[in-house]
Order: sequence, then structure tokens, then C-alpha cells
Amino acid sequence: MAKKSFAAKIRNEYSQLLVPLVALALIILFNLFRDPGFFSISLAKNNLGNTVLQGNLISTLNGASELAILAMGMTLVTAACGGQDISVGAVAAIAGSVFVKVLRGSAGVTPLTVALGILGGIVVAMLFASFSGTLVAVFKIQPMIATLILYTCGRSIAYWINGGATPTVESPIINSIGSFIPGIPIPTPILIVIVVGILFSLLFRFTNLRLYTQTVGINQGAARLNGINSVGIKLLSFVLLGGCCAIAGVIGVSRLGLINHETLLLDVEMDAILSVAIGGNLLGGGKFKMSGSILGAYAIQALTITLYAMKVPSTDIKAYKAIVIILIVAMGSPVVKEQMNRLWKKLAGKGSAAKFRREAA
Amino acid sequence: MENGVVLSMRNISKSFPGVKALQNVDFTLRKGEIHALMGENGAGKSTLIKVITGVYPRDAGQCFVEGIDGDVVIHSPEEAQERGISTVYQEITLCPNLTVAENMYIGRGKYNFVKWKDMEKKAGALLDSLNIPARPKQQLGSCSLAVQQMVAIARAVDTDCKVLILDEPTSSLDDKEVAMLFKLMRDLKARGVGILFVTHFLEQVYEVCDRITVLRNGELVGEYEIEKLPQVELVAKMMGKELEGLSEIKSSDKAVDSGTPVYQAQGLSSSDAKPFDFKIARGEVNGFTGLLGSGRSESVRAIFGADRVTGGHVTVEGKPVKINKPFDAMKHGIGYLPEDRKRDGIIADLSVRDNIILALQVMKGFFKPFSAAEKEKFADEYIKALDIKTASADTPIKSLSGGNQQKVILARWLLTHPNYLILDEPTRGIDIGTKTEIQRLVLKLADDGVSVTFISSEIEEMLRTCSRLIVMRDRNIVGELRGGQLTQDQVMRTIAGGAE
Repeated sequence: MAKKSFAAKIRNEYSQLLVPLVALALIILFNLFRDPGFFSISLAKNNLGNTVLQGNLISTLNGASELAILAMGMTLVTAACGGQDISVGAVAAIAGSVFVKVLRGSAGVTPLTVALGILGGIVVAMLFASFSGTLVAVFKIQPMIATLILYTCGRSIAYWINGGATPTVESPIINSIGSFIPGIPIPTPILIVIVVGILFSLLFRFTNLRLYTQTVGINQGAARLNGINSVGIKLLSFVLLGGCCAIAGVIGVSRLGLINHETLLLDVEMDAILSVAIGGNLLGGGKFKMSGSILGAYAIQALTITLYAMKVPSTDIKAYKAIVIILIVAMGSPVVKEQMNRLWKKLAGKGSAAKFRREAA
Repeated sequence: MENGVVLSMRNISKSFPGVKALQNVDFTLRKGEIHALMGENGAGKSTLIKVITGVYPRDAGQCFVEGIDGDVVIHSPEEAQERGISTVYQEITLCPNLTVAENMYIGRGKYNFVKWKDMEKKAGALLDSLNIPARPKQQLGSCSLAVQQMVAIARAVDTDCKVLILDEPTSSLDDKEVAMLFKLMRDLKARGVGILFVTHFLEQVYEVCDRITVLRNGELVGEYEIEKLPQVELVAKMMGKELEGLSEIKSSDKAVDSGTPVYQAQGLSSSDAKPFDFKIARGEVNGFTGLLGSGRSESVRAIFGADRVTGGHVTVEGKPVKINKPFDAMKHGIGYLPEDRKRDGIIADLSVRDNIILALQVMKGFFKPFSAAEKEKFADEYIKALDIKTASADTPIKSLSGGNQQKVILARWLLTHPNYLILDEPTRGIDIGTKTEIQRLVLKLADDGVSVTFISSEIEEMLRTCSRLIVMRDRNIVGELRGGQLTQDQVMRTIAGGAE
């Protein structure tokens, strides 16, 4: 009995991760057959003289960083509000612009000014996110409609902040955020994802964010009758997503050393939503698993890198990506899951019957 | 078939998984009569209507319709309409942005090619003949609710209508509008239409109906002519107690009147409840009773701050407090088990454990989560104490049976150690065994000094547990019974309006 409930626990808790894991595994397996060299990781000296790790796997992990961070925030908004924020790219561009503005406005790029810039970006992004959040939580506007406002005008706001097309910031500090910290061979964005992931897990460990968010997402009326302030929880989910947008924006700016308000994290919102969906999270809200969304983000990036490695022309990539995504999404669909469950039960049933016969004999 | 009968249902049975919604029910509707279908929640009224109109297929029984030979099987509401059975539902299911005429004719198969002029003419003629104060070209949304309701009826009777089913048509109308609707109903009756009328307003039944069929728990109680069934007997039949044999008087001295009330409200009102006064003493079990829609649930929701509180003066343990939202009530030691378990109680996808600790966790605070071990301990303790049947504490609550779900919600509130616990229909839809367990639990809580307000549709259950009953009718408190007055007879008389 105890053993069975333990198995049930594993099934309850982790079956959701099956789809993103299988998707990721399939993409990796495909690459294994296509070109084992895909997996080679080598140490090399980059043009700044740092010893760094290189290889397709590293660039997948590195390239997915912004997406992974946004997917974490998107998971919360999805769970609490039962809808998605489509303005994350635009808000990231605003935060990136604030970051650049602070740096260009101060005397020099020092650790202090960078910290101030990041802080400024986070505060501004959170303010914009709480604007969307207020529309959703207080005025009960559907999230996609509420965030359509910033989706539409966010990049213009980003442009106004600096007033120029692509202002640059050059400094070794910026470089070490966007690529490598001297002496550490792992790309910094990967480390930032880990830090954000840890922050979220601390938040789940030391507050009731998960319980409240899920309760509000599953049954808002009952949440209220149990004393939960569902408006506050929805607002909080947006504010946290705003923070994620700011961090993603800072990474994006630091990679290039400049802000291009038009192209920074363009179209990332759809990938972020897709990550949440691939991660097995209900887009209608409720129970969620952030790790699923993170895996989803890496699966999407692995797919993109694979297609690049296969020398698919960049103009065609989106079409191929779409085909694979259809497969992944179908794999996670209730109909397919039901069929798989039936198949699984059949197999398990046969297995235990065989076992029973053996024991009887 | 008997002469003058337009619809006859014989031995109708219908089951849903785990519930026998109808068992061998007969129903007869005669030409030119208004026939009330009465029963408390879960009596089977709406199931019967849905069987008549073909929304649900029946499991057993026969159906005869005037002018059609033999047993009639109806597969859909459209087919019912073709056979002369039309229905108007409680919520108006027309389109407010279309005109009256459009609403009357659109969606009718034979009007695939619409001749607007003809349509308006026909609509005008029909509205005139039924004395409905609406113009064909008027937008429906600009009419009052009653007129909209009447337009819906006009739409229903336009086709060769023999049977008209009105499902709680008066629930959102005021007295004047109800009078208008009744006039229309009498007109239709004079034309020979048989009308099946569902309402929970007793006065309306006696004002307009000729016969009453009473259902209870999916079974037929009987068919009565209106003059032969006084109001108080109707209530008795709906609640399941015959008047004779109700003489046993339960003496209960459980009422505690001395000392500061645990909770007291004066003139408390909410968006859904009219102002009322109420108090409860330590260790007292009292109850709100009244028929469905009498306002009993709305009143306790106001106490807990579940609906928007609009006024009133509240004291807890003698100290004035403001309770505007559930969290305020929880802080003052009040717990509330809602009437609709599925909609307001359970967090379906969360585990039994999370469902148990939810309220206490919220009271403890956002930044102070219980450790996994503490949660485990609380959950295990209450799963054991209330004998909740679940595979494990990790099981999602939605996969438990109704009775066990209810115990989980009870556990949630018991865990907060409330001073005052409100239980709205805690025993609805759960098996007898669990019902008695819950009743026993309520009495034990009272012994431990917890004040309990208990609401149940089953009057017997309330008499067994409560020492004071507050009786409501049409959203007003119409009486308070205690001690020797606590008899089924007296309660029903008070509900029916026969009390001094």
C-alpha cells in the first residue's frame, strides 16, 4: 500500500514532465543519429582570451536562457490567470532600454551603475507588468487582450526611452553578462537561468505562492471563500513575470552590447507560451510545474539549433519548427494521453498477470 | 388515452451514475389546466421536464401525447416542439439585440427564406391576440424582463402548442410583472393549452394553478387538486413528512441565551440578503430553515462576508468588528462550509492534503508556509479523525466520493478551530452513514463550546441538531422557533405562513 501510494505520488507529480522530456530526448536522439559530432563539447579560447566551453549543446543551453526565464514567469501568469501575457518581448525591450539609458546617463560603466541599470530595468518592467496585471485582476479583462496593449505600444515606448535607433553600451562588465565571466567557462546567461530558477524555488519554499496561485487558478470563487486575495495573487504573478522580462532584456542587450528596440526578443512571447504548453501546463490555469516549462524552452531552442545545424535556410526554419511543434503538442494532447494510458495499463496488466502466474507456479 | 388529457407520462424512470433521478413517476397534464410541479432540490423536477422535452432519454416508462397513437419517443427539444410541447426556461434564452419579431421566428425551420414583412405582420397579430405589450419591430432588449419572458412564451405557443412548460418563469420578476405573466397564462389556458408550471413560490401556485404534482427524491408523492391541498400540507409533502404523526415534541434545552453572544448582527445586509438581525451563543446550534430560495443561504453568506456586505452592525464576542470579506470572518474565528461543494468548496485538482490545510494556511499567512511534515501531520490526523476514504493524502480531491469530499471541507474548517462554524447543507447528496456522522460531529462540536449554524433541506435533520430555528420565507425572517415549538408541524406551518 505504502509502496503503491509512493508510485502514485511519482505518477501524479512527474507524469506531466513526460512530454517535454520525451520531446527533448527525441530531438537529442535525432541528432545522435544525424551527427554524433553535434554533442562534442570542447574547451577553446575566445577572442577575449578566456578559456570557454563550446559546442552545440552549450549554445542550445545558452541561447535558450531568455526564453527559459520568460517561460518561468509565464507559467505563473498562466496558472493564476488562466491566460497568457503576449507583451513579454515588448516589456523586455522597455527594460533593456532603461538599462541602456541608465548606463549611458551615468559617468562610466562600473559594477554599481550596472547594478543600478538592472534594478531600474526591473522596477520599470514590473510597473508596466502591473499595469497589465491590474487590467486582468481588477478589471477582469482577458489576459491576451489586456497585454495586447503593451504588445502593440511597448516597442515604441522602448524607442522613446533612448530616442535613438540602436544606442550601444560597451564595457567588459556588459560583456561578462552577455557572454562569459573571465575564469568561468560556462556562458553567464546559463548561470543567470540557474540563479532565477533558484530564486523561484526559494519563493515556493518560503512562501505559499504555489498553493495560492494554484488555488486561484483552479477555483477563484473557492479561493476567496478561503480568504485568499485572488486579485493580489494575479497581480503578483504579473509583477514577477515583469521581473523575468527585465532580466531577459538585460541578457539580450548584453549579448550584443546594444539595444535594438525593434528586434530584441522579437516574437519571444509565442515561444514562451509554447514552452508553458509543452511543459504540460494547462493554459487554462490551475496546477503548474515550472520545471516543465523550462524543459519546454530548451526543447524549442534545441529544435532551432538542430535546424540551423542541418543547414536549413533561416527563411524555412519556422515552417519546419511548426511541423515538429505540431507533433509535440499532439503528443501532449488529452486524446493521445488517454490512448497512451490505455496502452500502458494493458502492458502493465499483462506484466502483472504474468508475474501472478509465475508466483502461482 | 383519457379524454381531455394532452400529455401523459407513465412509470418514468431515469438514472444517472450513482443517482436515481426519477423512479416510476407518473405525470398527467389535461387540456386547459395550469399544473404546478413542486418539489425541493433534487426532487427530480428538472429531470422530468428534460425527459418530457427529449433532452434526456428516459430509461423506462411511456409517454403519450394527444393526437398521436401509441408510445411517443422524443429525441430532442426540436422534436418536442414539432409534437406540440414547448418550453420556456428560467433564463431568457432569446437574443436581446434582435427585434421582437425576429426573436419569435428566427431559427424556425420553415423560415429559411425570411419574408420580413410577413414575419412582422404575423408577430404583430400574435402579440395582439395575446395582449403582450410589445411591438414586432422593437428591440427585445428594450422590453422589460416580464415582456421578454412573454415574448418567449409567444414564440413557444405560436406553433400548434398543446403543452407549454414554464420553468421558474417568475424568479426574476416583480409583483406587477408576475401579474402580467399570470394573465397571459390564464389566456392560454382558456385556449386549451396545458401548462406545466414550475416555481418555488408557494403563493403563486395557489394563485394560478389548478393541480399540483409533488415529487420528492425522484419519486412521485402524488397529484392533488389545489382546493384539496392546503399550503401547509403541500410543504409537508415536499419535505417528506405527513402531518399526522408529527406530534412528537422534541424538548431541547440546548439553547444558551445568557452571556455575550459569540456572534451578533444587527441589520446585516448584503448584495443578496435583505437586512436581518441574528445572534448565536457559545455552544449553541441553530439553524436557518425555509424553502429553496427563501434566503437562508444568502443570510449565512452575509455573515461570512461571502457576498458584498452592504450594511449592518456586527459584534464578535461583544466587540464591534467589520466583516467585509471571508478573510475578515476567518480572523474572527468564523468558518463557513458552502452550500455548493463543487463550485465553492473543493479545489478540484489539488490534493486532499492541500484541501485540508488551505484555510489554516491562509490564516497563518502567505510568508509562513507549513513544512511538508506539518502538512502531512494535519492531513493524516483529520483523514483519520473523520474517517475520510481516500487512497492517500496526495490523491486529488476530485476523485473522492461526494461524502468524502464534504468531509475534507469539514476537516479544513475544523483544523482552523473556529469559534463559530457555519454549515450550509453539509449533508446534501451524501450517504446516510456520513450524514449521521456529520450530525454527531456537529453536536460534539457544540459540547466543546463551538457555536454552529446548520442549514439543511431536511427538516428532520435540523430538528435533531438545532436548539433554535430561524424560519425564512421570501427572503425575510418570518419566525424563530425554540424549545417546545421545535416540531415539524410548527416549522412547516411557519414556512407556509400559518404561524401566529
